[in-house]
Amino acid sequence: MSKLITEPNLPRPDDFYQELTDLHRDLSDEQSLDVNARLILLLCNHIGDQDVLSEAMQTARKHIPAQ
Amino acid sequence: MLNTYTFPEFDYIRSADQDAAQPVKHPVVVIGAGPMGLAAAIDLAIHDIPVVVLDDNNTVSVGSRAVCYAKRFLDISDRLGVGQRCVDKGVTWNVGKVFFENEQIYSFNMLPEEHHRRPGFINLQQYYLEEYYVDRVNELEKADLRWKNKVTGIEQNDDEVTLTVETPDGEYTLKADYVIACDGAGSKTRAACGLESKGQIFHDRFLIADVVMDPKKFPPERWFWFNPPFHEGQSTLLHRQADNVWRIDFDLGWDADPEEEKKPENIIPRVKAFLGEDVEFELEWASVYTFTCRRMDDFRHGRIFFAGDAAHQVSPFGARGANSGIEDIDNLTWKLQMVMNGKAGDNLLNTYSEERTFAADENILNSTRSTDFITPKNGANRAFRDAVLWLAKDYTFARPLVNSGRLSVPPFLTESSLNTEDDGSFDCKVVVGAPCTDGPVKRNGEDSFLLGALGNVFNGMLFVDSRNDLTAEMVDQLGELAAQDVPVKSYIVASHDMDIALPEGVELLIDTVGVVKERLDAKGGTFYLMRPDQLVTARMRSFDKAAVVAAQNKALGK
Repeated sequence: MSKLITEPNLPRPDDFYQELTDLHRDLSDEQSLDVNARLILLLCNHIGDQDVLSEAMQTARKHIPAQ
Repeated sequence: MLNTYTFPEFDYIRSADQDAAQPVKHPVVVIGAGPMGLAAAIDLAIHDIPVVVLDDNNTVSVGSRAVCYAKRFLDISDRLGVGQRCVDKGVTWNVGKVFFENEQIYSFNMLPEEHHRRPGFINLQQYYLEEYYVDRVNELEKADLRWKNKVTGIEQNDDEVTLTVETPDGEYTLKADYVIACDGAGSKTRAACGLESKGQIFHDRFLIADVVMDPKKFPPERWFWFNPPFHEGQSTLLHRQADNVWRIDFDLGWDADPEEEKKPENIIPRVKAFLGEDVEFELEWASVYTFTCRRMDDFRHGRIFFAGDAAHQVSPFGARGANSGIEDIDNLTWKLQMVMNGKAGDNLLNTYSEERTFAADENILNSTRSTDFITPKNGANRAFRDAVLWLAKDYTFARPLVNSGRLSVPPFLTESSLNTEDDGSFDCKVVVGAPCTDGPVKRNGEDSFLLGALGNVFNGMLFVDSRNDLTAEMVDQLGELAAQDVPVKSYIVASHDMDIALPEGVELLIDTVGVVKERLDAKGGTFYLMRPDQLVTARMRSFDKAAVVAAQNKALGK
């Protein structure tokens, strides 16, 4: 079973982060929601590993108390 | 009144039971002459079990309701002797198109696997289907179909069920060893037993309109719109049925007023906006519906069994209502037959609920997922849904995520307590708990299909590559299996004809194009055991009579 990588894995972190924020710079909230949805879907397909995706999804909302 | 169909009116006929001094007892009483009740009647009667069917009405389903019948439905209908009429009248379709707003996103061809007797799907109005089933019931001496017989009371003890039945001539009492309740989503039998079907209600309303059009205008394809530009609701579906009748299904949202929406003056503008002003059509029938995904906890209640919508309901996306209902009947009737004939214990009847609640959960899961995709429940869901649709246009990866209904396939009963674990490894789609595959075969010199040779009894298939694979001892043992109290009728499956003397109950089957062997990942010596409902219950790499007997006993709940 593959594990979600949570150690640094991006070779050029500042370049990546700038590109991610630039992507949304001129977008409305609605457009950002749309772009993010597409981005997530593209990345999930690229990863293609349900175990890693499940772990990432759980990690992403770990800070929100269970309802 | 429909323009394309005249509803039959079946006669109420007074039964001798109504004049009997004491209530007459029947082996099985079926409540409801919809598709499931009729299927149950046929299945029991062809197994020589007398059955009475009670229906409060005297015609077939008014309005089309169920439309899509899947391959498994047709295969079961073949076993019941109705399949060909359904296929002859029905519309076979393979192409589906998906639209999002103004654009066609993609189209798919279901490209059914070759060499099956039946296609993946046919579309047929429910009234035709019921008419064909009624005709078949009437051919069978053991089946007694009583129209205008309304069940108003039902009680049971350890020994029997007692029913109160209201007719145009007044009330009478009937007794039965077993009752099968096929009285639909609003089952009065279920209520009378104090039982519930529990689940999720969807806050959405749909308008279905059946319209008659020139067949040249639209092909026999399934067209599904997400966010259609011609209609304010979230989806629209167009699907062709027999007699040039098209089913149009509009999502209206929860706030729609069903009475208003049902009026022709409100329907016609919707249909025109969709088809275009210049397309001529006649409105045949319309209805507004809501749906729930729910099921009963247990489909068995003592001597009363629940089947079809009475036991479980799904959303219409995926055509899993009628298609799963008939699988209930297919599952139940052979078990009832075995128990009533003293070949199995009462516990076999519990496995009806065990197996079919498992199937219902799979159907509910699939139809709930489709519903959630078609009508997203919040902003984030909608953003993902729309993103999937836009991406699907240019990127194939997103197409498997588009969910306009996952079309009915029979759930594989992999967890059933009746299954025997594989002896050896198999690499094919068919698994233990799944219906056997189909394929062209030659039987007694005649071309036919495998599924036509299976069912109603336990069947075995022994695959051989050459005459040398088959010892005299094996042939004798197959003969012994066929002569058992509960026979296993076996086929020796080979690629070519062989000169071989076979005992009673054992036949040679020629796998004419080799697909049977391939689809079951069989090798010389492989043996498959099928239940009377054609489900694979055990398989082994080399034939072992004792193992076959053990597996059959397990399938009988022993």
